[in-house]
Amino acid sequence: MIRTTFAALFSYWRRNLLQLMTLLAGIALATALWSGVQAVNAEARASYDAAAATLGEGQFDYLKDANGDSIDQSTFVALRRAGWLVSPVIEGQINGQRLIGLDALTAPVGIAPVGLSEQADLGSFLSGEGQIFGRSDALAAIENDVSADLVADPNIAPQTVLTDVLLAQRILDREGEFDRLLIASVQPNDRPKLTAIAPDMVRVGAQSGSDIGRLTDSFHLNLTAFGFLSFAVGFFIVHSAIGLAFEQRRPMIRTIRALGVPLGSLLGLMMVELLVFALIAGAAGVVLGYFIASALLPDVAATLKGLYGANVSGTLEFRASWWATGMLIALGGTAIASASAFLKLAKMPLLTGGQIRAHTMVAGRRANVLAMCASGCALLAFVLAFTANGLISGFTLLASVLIGAALALPLILDLLLRLSQSLASNAKAQWFWADTRQQLPGLSLALMALLLAMAANVGVSTMVSSFRLTFVDFLDQRLASELYLTVDETRAPEITDFLEPRVDAILPIQSTDTRVKGVETEVFGARVHSTQRDNWTFIDALSDPWDDVARGTGVVLNEQLARRSDTWPGATVAFDGRSFEVVGVYGDYGNPKGQAIISEEQFSDLYPDEIANNFGLRLPPDAVDDLLTDLEDEFDLSPDSTINQAEIKAFSLEVFERTFTVTAALNVLTLAVAGFAILMSLLTLAAMRVPQLAPVWAVGVTRRTLGKLELLRACVLALFTILIAIPLGIVLAWVLLAVVNVAAFGWKLPLFLFPIDYLQLGFFSLLAALLAALWPAYRLSRIRPAELLKVFANER
Amino acid sequence: MLLQASDVSKTYVTGGQTIEVLRGVDLELESGETLALTGESGSGKSTLLHLVGGLDVPDAGSIKIQGVDIARMTDAERAGLRRGDVGVVFQQFNLIPSLNVADNIAFQARLAGKDDADWNAQLAQMLGLSDQILKYPEQLSGGQQQRVAIGRTLAARPKLVLADEPTGNLDEESAAAVMDLFLGLVDETKAGLLLVTHSKSLATRLDRNVHLAAGEIR
Repeated sequence: MIRTTFAALFSYWRRNLLQLMTLLAGIALATALWSGVQAVNAEARASYDAAAATLGEGQFDYLKDANGDSIDQSTFVALRRAGWLVSPVIEGQINGQRLIGLDALTAPVGIAPVGLSEQADLGSFLSGEGQIFGRSDALAAIENDVSADLVADPNIAPQTVLTDVLLAQRILDREGEFDRLLIASVQPNDRPKLTAIAPDMVRVGAQSGSDIGRLTDSFHLNLTAFGFLSFAVGFFIVHSAIGLAFEQRRPMIRTIRALGVPLGSLLGLMMVELLVFALIAGAAGVVLGYFIASALLPDVAATLKGLYGANVSGTLEFRASWWATGMLIALGGTAIASASAFLKLAKMPLLTGGQIRAHTMVAGRRANVLAMCASGCALLAFVLAFTANGLISGFTLLASVLIGAALALPLILDLLLRLSQSLASNAKAQWFWADTRQQLPGLSLALMALLLAMAANVGVSTMVSSFRLTFVDFLDQRLASELYLTVDETRAPEITDFLEPRVDAILPIQSTDTRVKGVETEVFGARVHSTQRDNWTFIDALSDPWDDVARGTGVVLNEQLARRSDTWPGATVAFDGRSFEVVGVYGDYGNPKGQAIISEEQFSDLYPDEIANNFGLRLPPDAVDDLLTDLEDEFDLSPDSTINQAEIKAFSLEVFERTFTVTAALNVLTLAVAGFAILMSLLTLAAMRVPQLAPVWAVGVTRRTLGKLELLRACVLALFTILIAIPLGIVLAWVLLAVVNVAAFGWKLPLFLFPIDYLQLGFFSLLAALLAALWPAYRLSRIRPAELLKVFANER
Repeated sequence: MLLQASDVSKTYVTGGQTIEVLRGVDLELESGETLALTGESGSGKSTLLHLVGGLDVPDAGSIKIQGVDIARMTDAERAGLRRGDVGVVFQQFNLIPSLNVADNIAFQARLAGKDDADWNAQLAQMLGLSDQILKYPEQLSGGQQQRVAIGRTLAARPKLVLADEPTGNLDEESAAAVMDLFLGLVDETKAGLLLVTHSKSLATRLDRNVHLAAGEIR
């Protein structure tokens, strides 16, 4: 019985290959887009983890030479003898790979290479030719330049090789030199002060609160949101294909049941059938996702490197974890997409379930249910828009906006079509609008897919573009000074004396950590200058906030601190025994910590031990190069002691162009999926169209005209959908920027609108719909009259 | 006794109204016997046929096939009965559109685990379908489709054949040809036949004739 029933069920697909392909392609595309994005995220995160695990970057404080010079081996020995638990690190480049030398015996726990791999062996690592660890591609790049034993280890950060410090010194030809000394977390209490042993060294703090993972989370959240929307669009195709197939198989299912196959067995077999399809298409989707990710990863890597300095491998590892999640999402998505079809089948009475029902999405009771659900979603969205304050409520808002809009789409389109029909002046136009209304239920799911794809594109493009504008503004604000200088505290006075007559202003950057209203906060002492007045923009401020800061009565807070402590302009904050009025709140994108800025004088009073060793210098841009030369000549400052603002800005903007490449690629992919959904819906509906079109043909409308009208119909429906999608996309962007971002990262990004971009996207969406409708319309225009006559012969 | 229906009643609720379709119907049929069930539209003929075929359950009374009351069976047990012992020929043919003629004829026998290729081929030949064996239902005329449906039912050699106006969709000439074949094959398989029909002339060709009016045997 099982085999026979299964063969009968499968025979349907054999005779309806197009529907089978739609279903498989839908699952595969949805899985591909989701797993592709997940692969990019997983690869990037694995790179951060590898970097953190192998290098301890950002985890430990370290010592470096104040002038940027190498550290002599004798300094290291002196510090160790004095009780300082420090471990030397040397770093350099070898054939484009980053070579890191660590001391396995003194390195803080968790970062030494020994133990990273089972192939590692302390004896070999330290003696003889030594061992070098790295990813296969990194090792391949250096194999002709070193004679050490090369050990492949995928856990090492990309483009990085790791070895013993002495071997690294030999390879880099820098015997007896180190670049920095890592400081173990736990140190003896009785050790002497650093200045007593190594006065030329400065201590650099660990990036405890701002590690790469957190900084890049925003970027990955956005990618994930895009991936999820693409996945949702893909599964509209699956839902549509399954719904149509189940609808068309109703008579067959009734017959099979009438002939003695129990409903439970039949449902079980149909589930197995879908499971097999989901496994096949899911596997194809994961492979396709791999190729999508491979294509996107170089741009994503460049973006992350540029934005956050995160080293991400430009090549993709085939990871078991995203294979598994890709397959799970394919199976889960198929289960969700088919749930309602199975439920209907389970409830279908044996004696009355045989008729194929027309798609009745906009008809009668179903339209009422849709309207009620859409209204419920709208109401929920409205309430959440004012109350959402966490990630879960933010995503619930996002979901209710999107689901509500998708459910309302057929109703809105029906309304628009009714209106158009009432305005039609001739018979053909009236028939066109009436017939379009009749087609609407069958095309609804594909149009919902287009709506979501277009809205996702508008939303994400708006978000990325708003991010870019804000970021450029933020760069102008934060990098207002033409030059930034970092010097040894002991040399600061003589260098500032030297600079005084050569620049327009010296703006010391001094800070210390404290707690404000229970929030971990970095307090800055600012020398108030026109630089701040001209460049800093506030989210909320009293009038002339910098004047209050300069007077010593006011403090400005970053948005993160203001939100976490719910402290806004007009309120008073007290820390370290002194009270200030909050006079402004500024955006501080990417910073997980709170910040408060008071006047330089107040800062010196409160924290007399803190001495500025960072300075912003204002001077004419064309004088920057001369000043750099003077500083180098006079104080022998290394190049990394100074930062040229113009170069950073140019580099940052270049990075954004790479971000746009990623976004644009995802835009094209989701629109392609939506176009595919329309194509498949039109093709599967084509057979059902013949009885509807035959009478029109019989009364004198040519097949060619019918074909043209089919094309026009697809474009009209797509155009209406696009017009609804644009405001929906803007709402989506607002939710992402003002709700989800605030909940996830503590800051709100302003929303900017980009009408030209929307027009462009609308044009491409229309083009996708037009291309999708081209083939079905062509087929209709070429249909044989005999096919149309069959309708009247009652032989169908 | 192949079939014994006693005091069978069935009501439906439609549009808020309760309609008594069958009222205490008694019916018996022996193996190899043919019985015509006639009556006006809405008299309850098809409902009685569906109840006897285990496609629905009575509100009251019992329907025993070979002594087993099918009203007390579970859904799965009734499905088993339909697979093996009872065959139904529907007015609308109800073929599986994605299977060809050969597979449609063999379908129920395969479900019942009684597939016999020689018998299937013999049936196809007797039904005049040998040349159409690889065609799909949509490529056949109405008469041919009904012959496939008859072949499908008889291929499983059911003990009881139920037919619901099997020629109701056919023209007079085709209907006569199909019925000749059908009755001949039922006779050959020694099955009991309960045939629902409007046609008095057809009813007279069967062993017995029962008339149903307003849900009661008259």
